[in-house]
Amino acid sequence: MLTPLAAAGTEPEPFHPPSIADFFPDIMLFADPTIEWFGSDEPIFGINRIMLIRMLSALVIILIFVLGTRRMRLIPTRGQSIVEMGLGFVRDGIAYDLLGEKDGKRFLPLITTIFFMVLSMNITGIVPFLNIAGTGVIGVPLLLALVAYGAFIYAGVKKHPGAFFKNALFPPGVPKALYIIVTPIEFVSTFVLRPITLTLRLMMNMVVGHLLLVLFFAATQFFFFSAGGFYTLFGVGTLAFGFAFTLFEILVAVLQAYVFALLTTVYIQLALAEEH
Amino acid sequence: MLTTPLFLVEDAGEATPNPLLPTPYDIIWSAVIFVVLLLIFWKVVLPRMQALLDERAAAIEGGIKKAEEAQAEAAAALESYNTQLAEARAEAGRIKDQARADAAKIEADLKARAIDEAERITVQAHQRIEAERQAAFSSLKTEVGTLALGLSEKVVGESMDDARSAAIVDRFLADLEHDTATR
Repeated sequence: MLTPLAAAGTEPEPFHPPSIADFFPDIMLFADPTIEWFGSDEPIFGINRIMLIRMLSALVIILIFVLGTRRMRLIPTRGQSIVEMGLGFVRDGIAYDLLGEKDGKRFLPLITTIFFMVLSMNITGIVPFLNIAGTGVIGVPLLLALVAYGAFIYAGVKKHPGAFFKNALFPPGVPKALYIIVTPIEFVSTFVLRPITLTLRLMMNMVVGHLLLVLFFAATQFFFFSAGGFYTLFGVGTLAFGFAFTLFEILVAVLQAYVFALLTTVYIQLALAEEH
Repeated sequence: MLTTPLFLVEDAGEATPNPLLPTPYDIIWSAVIFVVLLLIFWKVVLPRMQALLDERAAAIEGGIKKAEEAQAEAAAALESYNTQLAEARAEAGRIKDQARADAAKIEADLKARAIDEAERITVQAHQRIEAERQAAFSSLKTEVGTLALGLSEKVVGESMDDARSAAIVDRFLADLEHDTATR
């Protein structure tokens, strides 16, 4: 089991260890239409706490950017300059920097969407009362990884029609005999590992972040109110760690959003730059 | 159980779902949110941002252009001012030269006229003097003759007839004139 610390005592308030089940809360809405899914019945449109958190993140992002870009002025107000800074960071720092202005403009909507969607769903992991990242469940990371996968293949095929896969799998300038080794490596690294690593890097960061925070705060709760006495000192320690890791999780949330958007852009760049 | 992939075998009831297996609702709602966000960024937010950037670039370019225009205008104004100034200077010089020439001409005219006048006055004076002299001479001639005759008559005691006396007077005067001429 994934809960080795579940040493529930007989105290009035037992220790609540973090669990992977936190990411699969009960379905609250639309539990009805179900589908046979890998051996169990799953609701098709089920909405649980995670889905609500994701929708809330999306709503916040929509409100910030739709209202923030309404009636924009040449000389920005303070609010407008924050919105401009966010969009400018993705535009200049990621898209134009790696793809140049022409291609950067083509893929900018996609890259901007990925960055802000991931960022807003990551940050819910440390927002009080939400306390779990919307990207901690595989759906969003997997979907975005597949979108990135489709985007770089589309970019490559559009730029080098007919030659993209050949160039990617049989890089020019390599002795023909070496293709026996090179081609499988290229295939796995480019077309198999990229979406998997994108998905797992994001999801696991968020899952681990959540488990760590819950562990620290649950332990604090346990030491302060269940164990008491001498153990309160431990509680101080775990609370401090929890605070430190909350700050760290902010960094991770921003960093993972940046990494996801950056890697998507790098893959597109590599596809566009593929040698003839 | 038959179609379950290997990593799902740990089928320990409902307590811990496999986190690597996406549920249908997870995928569906993720996709819905992604599409909504993509459309909003693509069709609303980024075009607005781009419009603002274009507007800002245009404003900066317009400002630069306006400044350049103003500068060119100022340069043109300065040039025209300078040409006008040069023209005015040339005009003033010309007027001055003209005035100088006119003054010289007037002066010369006046001088010439004065000389003429002076000459005329001189000639007139000469003429008058000559006339006076002639008049004085002739009256003197008669008076001197008469006086001399009277005197000589008194000296001689006899009168002379007019014809002889006239001849004597004339001879005397001719001698006199001769004397003055030789001296």
